[in-house]
Amino acid sequence: MSTHDIIKQFEPQQHNLLHILHALQDANPANYLTEEALEQTARHLGVTKSSVYGVARYYTMFSLKPRGKFIIRVCASAVCELLKVNEVIEALEEELQIKIGETTKDGTFTVEQSECLGQCQEAPSMMINDKVHNNLDRGRIRKILQEYRS
Amino acid sequence: MNQDNNRHTMQIKETRIVLKNAGKINPMRIDDYTQAGGYEGLRKALQMKPTNVIDELMDAGLRGRGGAGFSTGMKQKFTSESCQRCPQRYVVVNADEGEPGTFKDRVIMEQDPHLYLEGTIIAAYAIQATKGFIYIRAEYYDSIKKTRKAIEDAYKAGFLGKNILGSGFDFDVEVKLGAGSYLCGEELTMLESLEGKRGNPRIKPPFPAEKGVFGMPTLVNNVETLANAPIIIANGKEWYRKLGTERSPGTKIFTISGQVNRPGYYELPLGVSLKQLIDLAGGMRKGRPFKAALLGGAAGTFVDASMLDEKMTYDNLREKGATLGSGAVIVMAEGDPVYDILHNCLRFFRHESCGKCVPCRVGTTQLVRQADQLKAPEGNKEDLLKQMVRESEIMAGTSLCPLGQSPILPLESAARYFKKELCNPV
Repeated sequence: MSTHDIIKQFEPQQHNLLHILHALQDANPANYLTEEALEQTARHLGVTKSSVYGVARYYTMFSLKPRGKFIIRVCASAVCELLKVNEVIEALEEELQIKIGETTKDGTFTVEQSECLGQCQEAPSMMINDKVHNNLDRGRIRKILQEYRS
Repeated sequence: MNQDNNRHTMQIKETRIVLKNAGKINPMRIDDYTQAGGYEGLRKALQMKPTNVIDELMDAGLRGRGGAGFSTGMKQKFTSESCQRCPQRYVVVNADEGEPGTFKDRVIMEQDPHLYLEGTIIAAYAIQATKGFIYIRAEYYDSIKKTRKAIEDAYKAGFLGKNILGSGFDFDVEVKLGAGSYLCGEELTMLESLEGKRGNPRIKPPFPAEKGVFGMPTLVNNVETLANAPIIIANGKEWYRKLGTERSPGTKIFTISGQVNRPGYYELPLGVSLKQLIDLAGGMRKGRPFKAALLGGAAGTFVDASMLDEKMTYDNLREKGATLGSGAVIVMAEGDPVYDILHNCLRFFRHESCGKCVPCRVGTTQLVRQADQLKAPEGNKEDLLKQMVRESEIMAGTSLCPLGQSPILPLESAARYFKKELCNPV
C-alpha cells in the first residue's frame, strides 16, 4: 500500500495521528517514518509539518532514521538491571557487532534500549518486533538471533 | 528462644477475585467469560440508577489501583456531576502500564479482557458517558489483540453499542495506542496523547472530571480498578468489604520480582505484609538474606528489613514513609547494590522527563550527574546526598506532573535506609 493509501484509511482528525504514524512505520520495511510520510500526514490532517514532526520525535517507538527489519528492544529497567541485563546487552553487541542504538550493516537488526516492558516475572527481557523473549542469558541470545537470521 | 517461635506470620494463600478466571478460561472466547458469570455485574448495574452504582462503588471503598489510591466512587461522582451542559462525557481506561516492576494490568488484559471491559461499561453507565477510549501502551501487543477481540465480541453480544441489553443506554469504546512514553500513563498527559499530541502534562486544575479529553468531563480509571467494578456490583459492597482492611478494602494484585524464587503476580487482600508476600513468592532466591525492596516501582520507595512486617495498605505505608503505588515489589538480596537500582531509577526519570517544566528537565539530569559523583573518590558524600534530596524536594514542589514529583520518593527513602552505602558505593 502506498503512503497515501495508508493515510486515507484514517479520518482527518488530530486524534488519529499516533495511529497513522504507527501504520506508516509498520508498513515501511526499514521501520521508520520518512519525511514524505510526515509531510503527507500533515497535509491530510491540515496541520503543520513541524507539529507532526514534534509528535513523531516525542514518542520513543517512532524513528525518523532507517532501522533494521527486526527491532530489538532490551529492557533497561530496574528489575532487569538487578538480574544482569548488562550481560545480555554485551552478548547482543558482541553477536551483532553493533552498539545500542545502531543497525547491523545488512539492515537486519537494530538494538534499542527500552523502559520497563512489564515482563519482570521472567527478567531479563527483550522484545523483537512484537514478540517477547524472557529469561535471557548469553546462550539464549545466541539461539534467538539464529532463529531470526534464518 | 527457638527460631520457630519467631515465625508468627503464617503462610498465606492467594485470594483471587479479579484473577478468578485467569488461566481458567480462554480469553479470546466471550462464551467462556459469560459462562463463568461474566456480564452479570453489568446486567445488575443497568437495573440500578446510575447514582446508585456510584454509591455502591464508593461504599465498597474501592480505591484507584493505578497507584494514587483515590476513591473510585468519588472520582465517578465528580465526573458525573460536573458540567451538565456539556454534550459529551468520556471514560478513558488507563492501560498504559509502564511503572518499572509492574505488570498487573497486562495479566488482566491478557487473561481476562472481558472483565475490565465489563467494568468500563459499568463505569460509563455510572457517569452516563456514551463514548470511551482504552489507551494501551503499544508494546503490549497481546493485550491490544485480546482487548480488540473482546470489544468486537461484546458488540456482537449486545454489551456494547446502542441500547445495551435493552436498557436504553448507549456506549461505544475503542482502543487507542500509545507509542512509548511512560509519562502518558499520567492521566492528564494521557489525554493529550489521546488527542494525538505530544505527551506534555496539562496544568491542573481543571481535573479531567471537569475538563478532560476534547475538553469534556472525563473519567480516567486504571485497568485493575475497573476490573473490580463488576465484582463489587455483582456481589455487593458488604461482601467486598470483608476483604482487605477498613480503609483499604478489597484485594490488590502485587507483582513481585527480583531475588525471590517464584516471581510473578499474586492477588492478595490489602493488608498483608511484605514478608508474607515474599514467602508466597517462594522465599528469597538461593536462601540469600533480604536486603531491600523497592515498592511501587521507580516512582516508589525503598524499604529495608525493618518494614517486612508492616501491613501493605495505602495508608499504613504512607504513614511509614513508603508507598504501595501500583503494587510492584522489587526484591533485593544482601549483596545487591541499592546504589545501582537508585541510579537506574534516576536515569529512568531523566529519560522520561518531557522537558516542559524546567525544574524537572534540569533536575532529572542533575540528579544523575550527582549520583555519578557519589562514586567519585573525593568530596563530602553526605552533604552531596543531602543536597540531592533537597533538590528533589524543590522539583516535587515546582513540577507540574507526577514525574518531577517522583524522584524524591526513591531518593529520599534510599538515603534514609542506605545512607552509608550510597555515600560509599562499590
